Formats: sequence, C-alpha cells, structure tokens
Amino acid sequence: MSDALKPSQAASSGSASANTMPRQGLQGAGRRILRFESLGLIVALIILFVLISLLAPGKFLRPVNMMNIALAISVTGLVAMAETIVMISGGLDVSVSAIVGLASVAAALVVRGTGSWVLGVMGGLAMGLAAGALNGGLITKGRMNPVITTLATISVFSGFAYLITQGQAVGVSNDTFNAIGNGRVAGIPIPVMILVLVAAVLIIFLARTDIGRSIYAMGGNPVAARLAGINLNRYKMGIYLLSGLVCGLAAVISTGRTNSGIPTTTQTDLNFQAITAAVLGGTALAGGKGTIVGTLLGVVIIGTLNNGMIILGVPVFYQMLGRGFLLIFAVLLQEWQMRRR
Amino acid sequence: MNESSIPGRPLLEVHAISKAFPNVQALADVSLEVSAGEVLALIGENGAGKSTLLRILNGDYQADSGEILLDGKLAKFASPREAHTAGIRVIYQEPELVPGLNVAENIYVGELPGRGHFVDWRRLNDEAYARLAEFGFEREISPTTLAEQLTPAQRQLVEILKALKQGVRVLALDEPMSSLSDEEAQRLFKIVQGLRGQGVGIIYVSHRLREVLRIAQRVAVLRDGKLMGVVPAAECCEDELVKLMVGRKLAEVVAREDNCRSDVVLSVEHLNAPGVHDVSFEVKCGEVVGFAGLVGAGRTELAKAIFGATKVTSGQVGVEGKPVSLHSPAQAMAAGMGYAGEDRKNESLFPILSVRENVSIAILERLRRLRFVDRKRENELVTSLVGKLRVKTPSLSQEVGKLSGGNQQKVVLARWLAREPRLLILDEPTRGIDVGAKAEIYQLVRQLAADGIGVIFISSELTEVLGVSDRIVVMQGGRITGEMPADGATEEAVLRLAMVDHLNGDATASAN
Repeated sequence: MSDALKPSQAASSGSASANTMPRQGLQGAGRRILRFESLGLIVALIILFVLISLLAPGKFLRPVNMMNIALAISVTGLVAMAETIVMISGGLDVSVSAIVGLASVAAALVVRGTGSWVLGVMGGLAMGLAAGALNGGLITKGRMNPVITTLATISVFSGFAYLITQGQAVGVSNDTFNAIGNGRVAGIPIPVMILVLVAAVLIIFLARTDIGRSIYAMGGNPVAARLAGINLNRYKMGIYLLSGLVCGLAAVISTGRTNSGIPTTTQTDLNFQAITAAVLGGTALAGGKGTIVGTLLGVVIIGTLNNGMIILGVPVFYQMLGRGFLLIFAVLLQEWQMRRR
Repeated sequence: MNESSIPGRPLLEVHAISKAFPNVQALADVSLEVSAGEVLALIGENGAGKSTLLRILNGDYQADSGEILLDGKLAKFASPREAHTAGIRVIYQEPELVPGLNVAENIYVGELPGRGHFVDWRRLNDEAYARLAEFGFEREISPTTLAEQLTPAQRQLVEILKALKQGVRVLALDEPMSSLSDEEAQRLFKIVQGLRGQGVGIIYVSHRLREVLRIAQRVAVLRDGKLMGVVPAAECCEDELVKLMVGRKLAEVVAREDNCRSDVVLSVEHLNAPGVHDVSFEVKCGEVVGFAGLVGAGRTELAKAIFGATKVTSGQVGVEGKPVSLHSPAQAMAAGMGYAGEDRKNESLFPILSVRENVSIAILERLRRLRFVDRKRENELVTSLVGKLRVKTPSLSQEVGKLSGGNQQKVVLARWLAREPRLLILDEPTRGIDVGAKAEIYQLVRQLAADGIGVIFISSELTEVLGVSDRIVVMQGGRITGEMPADGATEEAVLRLAMVDHLNGDATASAN
C-alpha cells in the first residue's frame, strides 16, 4: 500500500544520484553481516555471563570453561549455520540431527574398515551429502513440503544408521581422526577452528555472492524470485546438499570427539537447538531474513546457558524446560521486533 | 434516510490534523469536511498525505494533534474496530481478504449468521448472494468462490461489499478503480451514486482524474501534507488536470533512431496456454504494442505464457527471429525478454530487501567476478538507473517495502532496464501510481521504443493505452479480437472489440 513514509528529499533532476549514495557503512550486504538486532543479543549474552558468574563464582569465568563452551558449541554451531541458510531460503531441515548420526556412523565404519582417517572424513562428508541429496530431491522433484519431508527423513536416516551398525556404537581408534575432535593447535581446539573457518566462508558466501543474494530473494518472495529468473529448484537442491554436507562435517568432529560413531548423536535434539539458535539470532521462520553472525550469537547464548545450568547443578529436566522456554522467548522476541518496524 | 443528525452541520469534520513520522511531516494542519451524501475527492501526488489521512480516519494511526468530529461530536479511534463501529470505513488499495475463505465468508467474516457456534450456511450464502445482486455482480462472482481465485478487480468489489453491509456513515475509498477496467469502474460509479442517495459521506482518493471529476462534488488537493485547497468539481481545472495525463502527443514526440537489429522483435504464433487461445501477433523493433481489453480478457495469461512463467500447450515464440523455449522465466530472460507483472507486491518486489538489491537481482550474473558481486559496479548501475527513473528514496539501502507505490514500480522497471532487454512486457505498469509518475513512465516507455526495444503495454485504462502505443491489440476471452493502429483509434472501437462476445451474444465464442 502506498504509505506516508515518503522520504523528505525529492530527486528532481539527474543529480538525484548525489543524494541517493548512502554513507558507506552497514549498507546492503554489510547489513546482512551484522544486524541491529544482534546488538540486543550481545547485551543478553553479557547479562547472562554476569549472572552466572555471580551465581557460581570462580567456576564459570575460567579460561578452561570458556574453551569448554566453545568446544560444546562447535558441533551445534555448524549445524545451526547450515540450518540458517536453509531457513533464509524459506525452507526447513529438521532431519539434521539424524544426518549427523548417520554420517557419524559412516565415518566411523570407513575409518575402521580402511584404517585411513582421510577416507573416514570423506566418508562422513559423502554420507552427509547423500542425505542432503535425498532431502533435496524429495523437496524439488517430489514437490514435497520441506517440513514434512525432513520429518520423514529423520526416520529414514536414523533407521539406516541403526541398520548398518546393528544398533551398536562403532569405536574409532585412529588417533589422527580422533584428533579432529580432540586435538588442539596453538591451544585452540580444532573443532573451534573449523567452526570459525566455516563461519567465515558462509558469512562471505551469503553476504557477498550472487548466490547468497538469490537465497535471500527466494525466501523473501519465491514468486518474484522465479519471475526474476532464479531457478528455485536448483537452489533448493544446492541448499539441502549444503545442509547435509555441513552436518557431515559436524558428524566427523563429533565422532572424533567421542572416539565413536553413534547412530543417535550425543545430542538428539540438535535440530531443535539449531533452529532455536537461528531464530534467536534473527532468522525468520518464513524466510528471507537471517545472518550467520546472529545465529552464532544464538548458539553461544544457548551454549552458555547449558554450561551455566550444568555448573549450577540444575537438574536435567529443568534444563529441558529452560531450552524450551528459550525457543518460545526467541520467537516472541522476533515477533515483537517485527511489530516495531 | 441516514443524514447527519445536526442539520447544516457536515457529517464528518477534520480539524487541524497533523501527523509526523521520522524525517517526514506527513500531514500538517489539515482541515476538511464531508457532508452527508457528498463525494469529496482527495487528490495529490504519492506522499502528499492522502493515505495517512485515511489511516487516521480508519483508526490505524492516531493523529499527533487535531480532532475529528462525526455528527458534530468528538470522535477518537484507538483502533480500526472503533472507527468501524462509529461508521467510518476505509477501503484500501490492496484488498485484504482471506484467500482460503470464500466470498460469502469473507463478506461476513466475524459475523457469520447462525445459532451459537453453528453457522447457518444457507443463510450465509443467501445473504452474500443478495449483497452481490444488489450491485449486479451475482452472475460473475459466486458466494462460494474462494477469495484466492478472484481477480484483483473482483477482490476489490468483495472488499467494498464487506464494508457496506455494516451500515456505514462515511466511506473512504483509496484508489478503488486502480485495478478495475473502465467497464467495472462504471459499475463502481453507480454504487457510489447509490450510497450518496443513502446519505453516506464519501471520500474518494484516486488518480483517475476523469472519474474523480465526474463522481465528486468537491475536490481537495493535498501536497506535501498540506491542504492546497478545495474546489467545486464543476468549476475544476479539468484541462490542466487532464493535460497532466499524457495524451496522444507523446507518441509523436520522440524521434526514432535506428537502433533496430532486426525488424521483428517478437513473433508469437498460434500460442495456446491456460486462458490463451490461438494467439498470433508480432512486435516490431521500436514499437509499443498496447494490449487492451476488459479485465479477464487473457492478457496477463498471455504475457505469462510468453515469458515462460506458465505452461504453454502449443505454439511458437521467437525473439529477433530465433525461437525461444518457453519453460521458465530464466530462459525467456536469456532470450532478451523482461516482464513486470501487474501485482507488483506479490510478483515483483522483495519487500525487506533494499532498493539496490531489488534492482540488481535480475542482473547479478553480469555484476559478478567469480561469483562475488562487484559492489562498486552494482552501486554505479543502480545509482544511474535510480537517477534516470527518478526514484525517490532516501538511499539505495532503503527497504523497498517502505517506498510509495509509484517508486516501487520504478524500481521494478529499473530491474528490467538493467538487463537491456529486446522486449519488455509491462502489465498494468501505472496501477496505483500518481499522475506525475504516470507521465514519467509513459515517457520512459516511448524512450525505450526509440532505443529499439519492443514494448508490450497491457493496461485497462483506455486513455493511456491509446496514448502510449503505436498499435493496439484487443483481446477477449483469451483470443485476439482485433488490431488497429493507435493513430486514429477511438475508445469506442476498442471497447467494441473488447466486448465482441457480449455484443453479438455469440454463444460459441465463449471463453475458457
């Protein structure tokens, strides 16, 4: 609808260009790296830190504990970033936890079978890709709704994982492989480095490439995107493949950490946490909006909360309650922010 | 008879209303009055404050200062509900129906007849039918049709019926005719006359000046939030106002240079698609072909079929002599076509993306180096297009959803111009746009033609089709019923071709 928020300056001649050049700053893609709403998250994080430190003096703020948090969120963080991209494009992948489980098992089996950590890593990644391909294929060719599809594939992937392991965890004794999950370089855990690296790549990918733009467009208005020449099916396929791949990577790390491939991941609610983190970070459920940085902040907040609850000895069931309320809060916050515009 | 209760006192009075938004004083000290049974027209460029005023009357916004008096009594509306209860109803440009509900349910939403929680469907449908029949629409709109299947024009009508059923004292219509063809506009006109007879006060916001002058008793002009004056329509400056809407002259003004690479830009042969029956025509280089017809004639369906957006059953399309595969918009674009749909909100715009991104979205592949978007080149391109089209925006980073309708349309045009297409299809490009911007768009279209681009200009406003085009093609029921040069064409001749089936009572030439 035509509205009254008309800018006061009028471009009455060709020199409009002088007036419309923006201040070089958070414009366009820049805005997509750090949104204003993310500042609120940083504040929330600081408050959380202060609160927990006060409640558990001496135990929380130690460097060792900080590194623990970083380690704990590296797997969740990867999955959450993949989920963010899927959500921005207007889709949803709830099968991520199952993909991680399946890829974890695949990686472990390959390492055990070939003795090569390289092949093990490739096995995990490949399995993740394959799972993503199934999701993507069903959603594009099968024209299926993403939520229903990935809901269904949870069972497919988990079932398959149980099948090939007969329900047993698969031990991994290859030191190099396990080092991926446990090793450190210059004091920084490798998983954290991987997380940061992948984050950097994805941030640039989303903000600076034409593919990234098209993903935001697809999610914002799929009809218009198609009419502007964007091949929706090709993008969707690519996005679910990417989701699978990143889950495969997360699985490799997780397997290395625990020295075993487990059909169910150690965190069965990975999908829940990934979505919570994304929404907390400003990713819209309907698509078209979201940032990697925001999601990472969300992941850090969740990780900090989890860590805090463990340190404070909060019983497990209360932790579940806490996480549930966090998601509710995240969605409400997003609603409130949308109303504010 | 529903007259204002204090004789001699206007039904609605607005005193010194002001409203400011960040950066913009939308309304400054505006005072108006509307008497019972009167039509007050409200005109002004986009951004003049008309919509803001309507929103205040409807209770969507609250004025910063000033007061509203209904029947001489102070009225304060904290919400649309309160405004509606008091009898003020504003109908906006974009109909707000629930797509999944049918016509009857939409009209009576929230007030379905029945006992307790059980809906009396029979009564609901009968009442809806009666409402439709009151205005003569019962044959073309059925109470059980789903809202999402209605055309924009029909949705507009249902929206009006929804408002009317409640017994309204003041009705404000925001661009009611922007998506109606001339014939449907006539019917709306009659509805308005009927309401006047019932003593309803009507505020009529429109850019269609001829209608405005015919239907209104007084015309209020807003500019930059201020009331410039209120003039009796009878005395009004028809000539000046009409002159603003560009007439025939434009078609002669721009000299054609020789930018043609081939004589025929687009050739369509025996095209069949949903809503399109055996259509064949050509567009020559540098020619503007206007497609006229009533709403529902199949022009949009034709455009979408040519552009690859809908499935084509048979037929050939060629651009500059080369056949084009019609499976997707991307292929049509690769062949050199551009398409700006009639429903820009749903088909063209990305509301939360910036102006810059909306413009560059269709041309990213030419702006990139190794998949990275070259932001400098992007800025240069977008800045130059935004300047050329005179898009009013505080910055290129502004969210496109916040621009006015006219500027949004310009952004869409900029997107296609960036691609330097050989053929540009424009579907109702001036819908909901103020007169000044319309004129700019006509000039732009002529300039494109001079540059050697073929333009298909679809519009339901006969004046503009005749004014901008070199040649007119008339459609009805998915078929071409006639073609003629624009020079010398009359509105009657075009209308006759647009209604050929109705006139001849030809039962065999029926539509889809």
